[in-house]
Amino acid sequence: MSKVGHSERWKPKRSLSRWSERAIKFIFGAFALISIATTLGIILSLVFETIEFFQEVPIGRFLTDTEWTPLFANPKYGIFVLISATFLTSVIALLVAIPVGLMTAIYLSEHASQQTRRYLKPALEVLAGVPTVVYGYFALLFVTPILQIVIPGLEVFNALSAGLIMGIAILPTVASLSEDAIYAVPQSLRQGAYALGATKQETIQNVVLPAALSGIVASVILAIARAVGETMIVTIAAGQNPRLTLDPRLSVQTMTAFIVQVSLGDAPTASLEYKTIFAVGMTLFLITLILNMVSFWFVNRFREKYD
Amino acid sequence: MQIDAVIDEETVLQVENVSVYYGAFPALRGVYLEIPKNKITALIGPSGCGKSTLLRCLNRLNDFILGARVEGRVRFGGMNLYDKSVDPVEVRRRIGMVFQVPNPFPKSIYENIAYGARINGYQGNVDELVEIALKDAALWDEVKDKLKNSGLSLSGGQQQRLCIARALAIEPEVLLMDEPCSALDPISTGRIEELMHELKQKYTIVIVTHNIQQAARISSYTAFFSTDESRTGQMVEFGPTTRIFGQANDPRTRDYVEGRFG
Amino acid sequence: MTPLNLKPDEQVDSYFDSNLAKRYWFDRVFVSTAFICTLVGLVILALLLFDVCKDGLPRLSIDFLTHYPSRRAGQAGILSPLVGTIWLLVITALVAIPIGVGAGIFLEEFAASSLLAKVIEVNIGNLAAVPSIIYGLLALHVFVRLMNPITGGRSVLSGGLTLALLVLPIIIVATREALRAVPEGIRQAGYAIGTTRWQVVRDQVLPIAFPGILTGTILALSRAIGETAPLITIGALTFIAFLPPLVPLTEGLRSPFTALPIQIYNWVSRPQEAFQIAAAAGIIVLMAVLITMNATAVYLRNWLQRTRN
Repeated sequence: MSKVGHSERWKPKRSLSRWSERAIKFIFGAFALISIATTLGIILSLVFETIEFFQEVPIGRFLTDTEWTPLFANPKYGIFVLISATFLTSVIALLVAIPVGLMTAIYLSEHASQQTRRYLKPALEVLAGVPTVVYGYFALLFVTPILQIVIPGLEVFNALSAGLIMGIAILPTVASLSEDAIYAVPQSLRQGAYALGATKQETIQNVVLPAALSGIVASVILAIARAVGETMIVTIAAGQNPRLTLDPRLSVQTMTAFIVQVSLGDAPTASLEYKTIFAVGMTLFLITLILNMVSFWFVNRFREKYD
Repeated sequence: MQIDAVIDEETVLQVENVSVYYGAFPALRGVYLEIPKNKITALIGPSGCGKSTLLRCLNRLNDFILGARVEGRVRFGGMNLYDKSVDPVEVRRRIGMVFQVPNPFPKSIYENIAYGARINGYQGNVDELVEIALKDAALWDEVKDKLKNSGLSLSGGQQQRLCIARALAIEPEVLLMDEPCSALDPISTGRIEELMHELKQKYTIVIVTHNIQQAARISSYTAFFSTDESRTGQMVEFGPTTRIFGQANDPRTRDYVEGRFG
Repeated sequence: MTPLNLKPDEQVDSYFDSNLAKRYWFDRVFVSTAFICTLVGLVILALLLFDVCKDGLPRLSIDFLTHYPSRRAGQAGILSPLVGTIWLLVITALVAIPIGVGAGIFLEEFAASSLLAKVIEVNIGNLAAVPSIIYGLLALHVFVRLMNPITGGRSVLSGGLTLALLVLPIIIVATREALRAVPEGIRQAGYAIGTTRWQVVRDQVLPIAFPGILTGTILALSRAIGETAPLITIGALTFIAFLPPLVPLTEGLRSPFTALPIQIYNWVSRPQEAFQIAAAAGIIVLMAVLITMNATAVYLRNWLQRTRN
């Protein structure tokens, strides 16, 4: 631009700042791509090792065998044995986490005073921050001995106490995400219901919850994914005993517990054992992927938009 | 469009056939306008008529709106501001701006003003520059003992004058003001209007205002904007303020300045 | 609660049978249930803390902190796991904070609402649901196997990188939220006095967003500290009687490691009660570290917000 008047008093380093602007943008952009690279890395490593696994173990047997004994001399690879255990512990956990978490969310957003919220929310955050290995300790050494008094035939390692405590561990996920969704429902909707003569409970049940549905469902689906992928609680408290059962009193082995078992054994890379954990991991990943897709579809389909 | 054939003034900015699109939507179409030097030019018109959009074309602040596209030319010092060789950062150093809501940085009063000077490589004494800018903005006497205090500790009117001082400290040739008084009380508004009268000795000022009386009080030239049926903004009329408010050529302008419209 | 002193059914000839008594009763039952449910989590938390302290507090001592793990439960300490956790914390922080904050800045300030930002946003949402043990498998394949010459295989560096990947999405999301909370007017003001985007971000936006970013980052790191499964997957050892050397650093980074949660898991899974008591003591140490980090986060956030205004 042309020199006007006082230009000589300003000597900005424009080319330097232009250059650093471009450099920063490039570097930070590369950082942002790392999250995409993580996803791709997960998919590629799982696919790579899983393909190798299926070259040694026919996929038909993987899906139809009713025993899981990969470490035996005559190995069997029935993945549904592990899936049944994951299913069992997850269902128990969700039976705790969903109703209790949802009611907690309702209480926090609709009933609790500001004062109460101030104490309850951090407490929930502490609950969410407890490492899962600690929950495992608690399930095995506190909950199981108590349950054994009440329930005859409860094994030392069992799906029940692992599932119950896993429910407590994922409860904050349901509670805090649902609370966000419920809190976002505009006040005018509630007032509309009250103006028609609805009680508080009727307002919540008929107006608030339906309006927050997509957020609540998303929180529930995330909770399912957490339960399915939870590792340490089930490894510690549910045991390492792969069997096809839905009896919560028995010791079972989930998909995640199997991966831990093999990892602790220090399996040499490129061995079949090593590939097995990737095949199990792939199964786990596919389940969470499907859950994600359901959640994404649901949220987009049913989201209510308020200005 | 009506433009007074002859503006017997030296002009610093020439807007030539400027149109602005947000995505596919034309927000403003075909504006010709010349901004006379050391005068206050007011841009008035109803909401959504594109006057703020045009103001942001003058210092390329539209660059940051995703999907915004500017066509036409804005000449400044013989160069087209939208030419590829022009650095928008340098444009904004030479064409300052004051916003609708006072937006001081959450830093000290001193830092608020010194920052722009430092970042733009000011070669002189920064302390002096801060003092001059604050004096020019008629804020010096009120803050000279508390330059270290946060800019946010000031009242709304003081904050806006701090923002004016901040804009003056980079020694711009043109000062753009986007409804600078709309968030202020009448007394603060009066002080800012007085200040603008002082400032036009040294600076060329372009002000967007919703307040017709304000435009009449302070400006020498006025451009009236309106929307067509498809809600695209356009400039209806431009001329000396006395004529726009006295005997406007276009009936839409007359309706608006007489309060029968918008 | 009877808001009106009139009985609609009798005084007004009405088609409405509002049956308020029953509805209010139901209302009360509902509130009580919700309150009890809220207490469930808190009661369990209290029981858990009580149980751990009852078992573990008597076992805590300076010796416990300064001794290596041992095959004899009575002498076992947590020196190497504690130091391993500190190594992991530092590596994770050094890798995840610059990358996470940088990515957050890019997505929010340089590429907001671009297609790339949307893709990454969906991607980060997906990663949030991926179990941490899957990150362990990724790390096993990439850091331990493919990058073996650099990382030294099952090393503390591999562990730190794994945890960094795991918490990266959390830091990115926290950064973006903190940046989004900065008023747009601040950016406009910056541009209007002739600064570049990066200058505005560096000098004006980041200082304002800093408390939020800091809090989110510390919370993310405290999550990393508690992670067990991915570290087991990449082969953290459970019995280590040495510390990674600080000099030379390359050797320290490439040395085998253990960490607090790994050691706790190891002790829990042993049948002897003495080891389980050691586990409880280890849990107290781990929880103390976590609570210190969280309290620091909250304190720093409040302090920074106070000092600004």
